[in-house]
Amino acid sequence: MTVILGQTFTGISIGAVLLLIALGLSLTFGQMNVINMAHGEFIMAGAYTTYVLQKSITSAGLSMLVALPVAFLVSGALGALLEWLLIRRLYLRPLDTLLVTWGVSLMLQQLARDIFGAPNVQTRAPDVLTGHITVLGGDDPLTFANSRLFILGLAIAAVVALSLTLRLTPLGRRIRAVVQNRDLAEVSGISTGRVDRTAFFIGSGLAGVAGVALTLVGPIGPTMGTNVIIDAFLVIVVGGIGQLKGSVIVAFVLGVLQSVLEYSTTVSVAKVLVLVAIVAFLQWRPQGLYTLRTRSLV
Amino acid sequence: MAGAAALAAALVLSACGAKTDAGGTSDKAAKADTSGDTVKVGLLNSLSGTMAISEVTVRDSLKLAIEEINASGGVLGKKIQPISEDGASDWPTFAEKASKLIKEDRVAATFGCWTSASRKAVKPVFEKNKSLLFYPVQYEGLEESPYIFYTGATTNQQIIPALDYLKSQGKKKIYLVGSDYVFPRTANKEIRAYAKANGMKVLGEDYAPLGSTEFSTIANKVKASKADAVFNTLNGDSNVAFFKEYKSAGLTATSMPVVSVSIAEEEVKSIGSQYLAGQLTAWNYYQTTAGAANTKFVKAYKAKYGQSKPTSDPMEAAYTSVYLWKAMVEKAKSFDPEKVKAASDGITFDAPEGKVTVDGASQHIYKTARIGKIGTDGLIKQVWDSGKPIKPDPFLKGYSWASGLS
Repeated sequence: MTVILGQTFTGISIGAVLLLIALGLSLTFGQMNVINMAHGEFIMAGAYTTYVLQKSITSAGLSMLVALPVAFLVSGALGALLEWLLIRRLYLRPLDTLLVTWGVSLMLQQLARDIFGAPNVQTRAPDVLTGHITVLGGDDPLTFANSRLFILGLAIAAVVALSLTLRLTPLGRRIRAVVQNRDLAEVSGISTGRVDRTAFFIGSGLAGVAGVALTLVGPIGPTMGTNVIIDAFLVIVVGGIGQLKGSVIVAFVLGVLQSVLEYSTTVSVAKVLVLVAIVAFLQWRPQGLYTLRTRSLV
Repeated sequence: MAGAAALAAALVLSACGAKTDAGGTSDKAAKADTSGDTVKVGLLNSLSGTMAISEVTVRDSLKLAIEEINASGGVLGKKIQPISEDGASDWPTFAEKASKLIKEDRVAATFGCWTSASRKAVKPVFEKNKSLLFYPVQYEGLEESPYIFYTGATTNQQIIPALDYLKSQGKKKIYLVGSDYVFPRTANKEIRAYAKANGMKVLGEDYAPLGSTEFSTIANKVKASKADAVFNTLNGDSNVAFFKEYKSAGLTATSMPVVSVSIAEEEVKSIGSQYLAGQLTAWNYYQTTAGAANTKFVKAYKAKYGQSKPTSDPMEAAYTSVYLWKAMVEKAKSFDPEKVKAASDGITFDAPEGKVTVDGASQHIYKTARIGKIGTDGLIKQVWDSGKPIKPDPFLKGYSWASGLS
């Protein structure tokens, strides 16, 4: 019983990581139809931001709290810059955004290597996050790692914030208007260029937040982005492009599936089985879990 | 669904990045270029990628040895000129760079490689070109190559002493965790055979892909197994994620000690001693190892690379390997690999780990085994040693339980 509960928690925590890395992408890929291969490098930028801040702020807890907004701004600014320099010339040409951002991702990796050195680095986690809480006592205690709980909380907070922004704010309305019909939005007086850039800023900023969270799980390195980018795309494509709801559900389902399969088999076999399940699912629903039928961009 | 199509295209593109073997076909063996007053040697290490955490220090240590030798007059009157190449934690790249070092730079010998996968990748290149590789890292044994000198430990100088130690501490039930490639899989096969013959039980065996950072499930499995100890053959910075998760799961060095065979001082420093304090390691050398040769080595290394830089076993084995090569060349009075090999038997060096001797038959060296405990200061203190250098036995011929392994 403890094992099942423990594994479910592990699955949910893997799902939270997946969700965090995919969330920003669901905005830039899902809503704006830009295949941003540099999304992983924005995650890396967030992680390195945490590392840099920790060098100047000695308290690990405080530096983590500071890192969250700063990483959002750093990665967001990188994203907005990328949008302004390159991507705004390539809307409606998704394949070209793929190639361009892939090139950018390689350049950013090399830049990180030049600045921080090729070997991976680590941050110190705040003491409160290195421990665990005991949920069920007894001989075989059920424990939840604090770092995982923190990541879960962060993922939920990010989803809520993003969905409220899209639904309730004037900016959100403008983003949705541009996505649904760019020309009509433009003639209605919306500055589509500015909306694009802001949306890109938010999506990339969320990648930065994911980067901060990933420092709690593993090492920080120039190639950490490439390790997560495929998982992020899987979540978006299976969830249904442009659908926040789909991404949320799929991230947690894949997380639990991965952890349950991993427990009963091995890491590699579980990865294969998850991919097989995804292929099978896409045969059945090529459009993903949810789709918006009336969209102009797909 | 242009998006999905583009994604598929991206996957294909990134797969193209992986290069294929470049052992190449050589019409004639490339002879080392020793015409001038220098002799070139190759340094082949991962300076980027998941293994860089470990291999950069080996390269630094090789450079130190070369500088020292050059300062004292070089080898056979020639200064050593190192050519450093980056294997980038990618085995085909290792093979390609090895070939480049031998054929284009025409080096007299090459020092480097860390993972067994990279060694296996370059082995045919060195054999085909009849050029020498000095390999400085402990490994799983069961290998001999006429063109490789193994200056790190083989199984009976590290893994078996570690198992003997666990047994002597009453640890009967063990759990195996490793990276998914040659070394851990072979090592674990040997550990299972040992366990069977010694009344120990292996409760589980788990592998994570090299570079993997998701260890929550493995930590849960280890915890649920209620083993006495964990035998860790993870390599590179997967260890960071593993030990973070291990601590998060509430496991400690007291409740379930982990004995690691790939974590040395440098890795301890970057993983963080708060995650590792009290855990065990098995090596032949620690920065704290007593002896005048080590004091000199540690001092020279810190003077060159910074006071905060620790020294570790693979660094020591790499450093020693350059001196062993020098001694062999001087005994052979030639840089020719065949003559160097012929001169190798019985060569000794007063290494930082203590006196080492080359066993010409297996091209391994006699080494002292040492078990250490990681301290809160990040240094490793010896808790047991074998007393004298152990004769290398890469094929475990001296152990009846190992007869079925190959």
